[in-house]
Amino acid sequence: MKTNYDVIVIGSGPGGLAAAIAAKENGADDVLIIERDVELGGILLQCIHNGFGLQLFNEDMPGPTYAQYYIDKVKAHGVETLMDTMVLDISPQREIFAINKDLGYLDLQAKAIVLAMGCRERTRAQIMLPGARPAGVYTAGTAQRFVNVEGHMPGNKFVILGSGDIGMIMARRLTIEGAQVERVLEIMPYLTGLTRNYVQCLLDYGITLQKHRTVNRIIGRDRVEAIEAVTVDEKWQPVPGTKEIIPCDTLLLSVGLIPENELSKKAGVLLDPITNGPYVDDRFMTNVPGIFAAGNVVQVYDLVDWVTEAGSTAGKGAAQFALAEKLETGEEIPLKAGENIRYVVPHKLDKNHLAEEQVRLQMRAITPMEERVLVTVEDQNGEVVTKKGEPYARPGEIITLAIQPKAYEAVQRATSLTVNVRKR
Amino acid sequence: MAQSYDVIIIGAGIVGSMVARFLSKYKLDILLIDKDSDVGMGTSSANSAAVHAGYDALPGSNKALTNVMGVEMWPQVSEELGIPYERCGDYVVAVSDEDMTMLNILLERGKENGVPGLEIISGEEMRRREPLIRPDAIGALWAPTGGISDPLTATVAVAENAVMNGVTVMLNTAFEDFLMDGNTITGIRTNQGDFESRWVVNAAGLYADEVMHKAGVRPDFVIHPRRGEYLILDKVEFQLTQNTILFPAPSNKGKGILVASTLHGNVIIGPNANFVEDKTDKDMTREGVEEIWSGGKKLVPSVNRKHIIAEFAGLRATGNAPSPNPEIDYNQDFIIEIPEEVKGLVNLGGIESPGFTASPAIAIKVIELLKAAGEDLIEKPDWNPIREAPPVFRHMDKHQQADLIAKEPAYGRIVCRCEMVTEGEILAAIHSPIPATTYDAIKRRTWLGTGRCQGGFDMPRVVHILSEELGIAPEEVTKKGDGSPLLYRRTKDVQQDHIVVEDLI
Repeated sequence: MKTNYDVIVIGSGPGGLAAAIAAKENGADDVLIIERDVELGGILLQCIHNGFGLQLFNEDMPGPTYAQYYIDKVKAHGVETLMDTMVLDISPQREIFAINKDLGYLDLQAKAIVLAMGCRERTRAQIMLPGARPAGVYTAGTAQRFVNVEGHMPGNKFVILGSGDIGMIMARRLTIEGAQVERVLEIMPYLTGLTRNYVQCLLDYGITLQKHRTVNRIIGRDRVEAIEAVTVDEKWQPVPGTKEIIPCDTLLLSVGLIPENELSKKAGVLLDPITNGPYVDDRFMTNVPGIFAAGNVVQVYDLVDWVTEAGSTAGKGAAQFALAEKLETGEEIPLKAGENIRYVVPHKLDKNHLAEEQVRLQMRAITPMEERVLVTVEDQNGEVVTKKGEPYARPGEIITLAIQPKAYEAVQRATSLTVNVRKR
Repeated sequence: MAQSYDVIIIGAGIVGSMVARFLSKYKLDILLIDKDSDVGMGTSSANSAAVHAGYDALPGSNKALTNVMGVEMWPQVSEELGIPYERCGDYVVAVSDEDMTMLNILLERGKENGVPGLEIISGEEMRRREPLIRPDAIGALWAPTGGISDPLTATVAVAENAVMNGVTVMLNTAFEDFLMDGNTITGIRTNQGDFESRWVVNAAGLYADEVMHKAGVRPDFVIHPRRGEYLILDKVEFQLTQNTILFPAPSNKGKGILVASTLHGNVIIGPNANFVEDKTDKDMTREGVEEIWSGGKKLVPSVNRKHIIAEFAGLRATGNAPSPNPEIDYNQDFIIEIPEEVKGLVNLGGIESPGFTASPAIAIKVIELLKAAGEDLIEKPDWNPIREAPPVFRHMDKHQQADLIAKEPAYGRIVCRCEMVTEGEILAAIHSPIPATTYDAIKRRTWLGTGRCQGGFDMPRVVHILSEELGIAPEEVTKKGDGSPLLYRRTKDVQQDHIVVEDLI
């Protein structure tokens, strides 16, 4: 096989697929996707529920259908793929070292790389769950794979910790598959997943959600026998007298996702401690020239549609870089998190890009505001460059806002831009 | 007729396995049994991985003797058995005048025990060697013979070498009682039947008291389990400057909460020491985590909670046996004896820390005891002390990796992404002399599932591989043996009794 490529995409989830397609459509000749699993599509393949494609297609598709649309397109565009192949290392010079069973050790060189490794789930240890360490404690995604791909039930009677989307979706899936979902516990005073999933997965199936409540102890030496639930105060400390033993055989954890950037670091990519993803510009290029990032490695998105869009942007940038051997950059200004904003992606913006097309910003609120809010992008003088009204701001739901080319002049005057969300 | 052996060893932890391995030198029929589904699942499965230099134990005690002798044996044992081991040295760090007094006590004790190379270094020197140490450290005891190993791999390696040399290992085999003829032990009763034997070695760890009581020996001896909790940090996020072990100055509660490197590249923090009633209570506790975290942070202030990727607890087999040396007033010593009350018993008890370090020396002591009891031990001419470690993909360089994949394609497929464990390593573990038959057994041998994702990605694949290789249904695959299934049923196989008729109407 070839060893030199214009663009190599690592990962074939929605971000990677979109990046590979965009790279081809923007003139890259040799594009390769490296995928560690045996099929293209990434985690979408285990997401057999619907809800994918509403933004981009105005259609409500299951994950595999959504993935297949892009897989077909990847094939039609002549993108090469290496399946069942693990990237071991990447250098800042864009060399890629990978292995698989058939070809052994591979040394590849790319003019541009798109990192699209997705994310992983937070585990029991990361949230410090006390108690025994029996079988029957799974992350929601692992359970999802067991049920939806392997066809096996990891338990009969479940407690789910965390109101993340995968947890709520699994609550519904497991109920449909004949299991009993005792309860969903959420330590925060608010939902951490999408309201849509709360309605469609919990309310519709009569599954109780308890906020301000968490697992205090896992009980069971060999297999989970019960969990001890407890109410917590604002500082997450157990409130005396609120303990309850809930018999169950399985505890599912849906307590957050972390971008998977171990490989990125090997290439010298700098990570934002808030998003756990790389610092990126508006083309999703990292601090390492020619290395781009797409999708959940950058930040954990709520909707696959946004992952696809970000992947396309990264893929286009990668193709441009590969063709020119570098990217023409104009003056870049930082994008900052202001009032009630935890982070903004991208982290910086090339002022010139607005001449050609809109730049989409995405951010998360710090605390929920259950009232009409105004999202503003302001320059260093407090001048509003663009703004948008929203019915509410919730930490569990990404706020998205595009700066349009018509704001070009205003942005030229800016040395930085800050995003705020305030009561209207 | 019950199967007959020369020696039966109860308990395949590091001590029982070492005894089996060293005894396999001789022309003996040996049976090594364990109640669990794998070797090394008890106390040996959860400790600091430290090979202690030997300055802690009271001079003249069994602990001190076997500790210092054990340290001297570990390099060769590790070399022969392919066990990870690094004699990196350790430090006891002082931050107060009282601590310095304690360091001097340890220095003297160490010298008396025969620990070589002990030295008290200044705070500056300590900081030069490990810049991450707390800035107000005023001195440290440096013990160059302290080291780190991997007790999980070690127990497997030792037991495997015993098997290679003819020892029979029976897992899921629980000791129930002795078979006696008068006051002579003639064998044991287990949940798998009776076995005859001339000698029985009690290496039952946490249960050694119950085993010896069945033989009518040491009725006053009690093991009171002392739980130690541990935290493991992500190796990508935090490492010490060098591989080493950092202890605080000890207190009456023990050696204190250490911060140490593991040979897998992680940092380990722990343990605390709390007595528990139940010998199966390895629960992590909220308070315990706080206790060890603050202990660790005291030594190395820059550790970050965000970087914790794993937590576990282990139990020490703390006993109450007086030291056999009448000159020392100490009642928490190791029991290493052939008791007079019965014939045919080698009794090992109270083997808490530094039991892992001492284990090869304890095995030698057992051989000496047997010889002294008149046992005619004849060496086997074909005894093979060498057990080659299976390939560890992540420890190889690029060329070795390429060669290995070319020879065995299964090494070209990574199953555990965080720790880079390949399918080849998993298959090797399943088809090893002591086959890994559970998820945890594979974890102990290959280190898969121990990284950031804690098995989230690898588990479905491992279940599949175990099911294929062992010829069992996925529902029969367990985490750690009976009662710990990972899966319950096929999705579409809803059991009839699960459907409540009223719900259907």
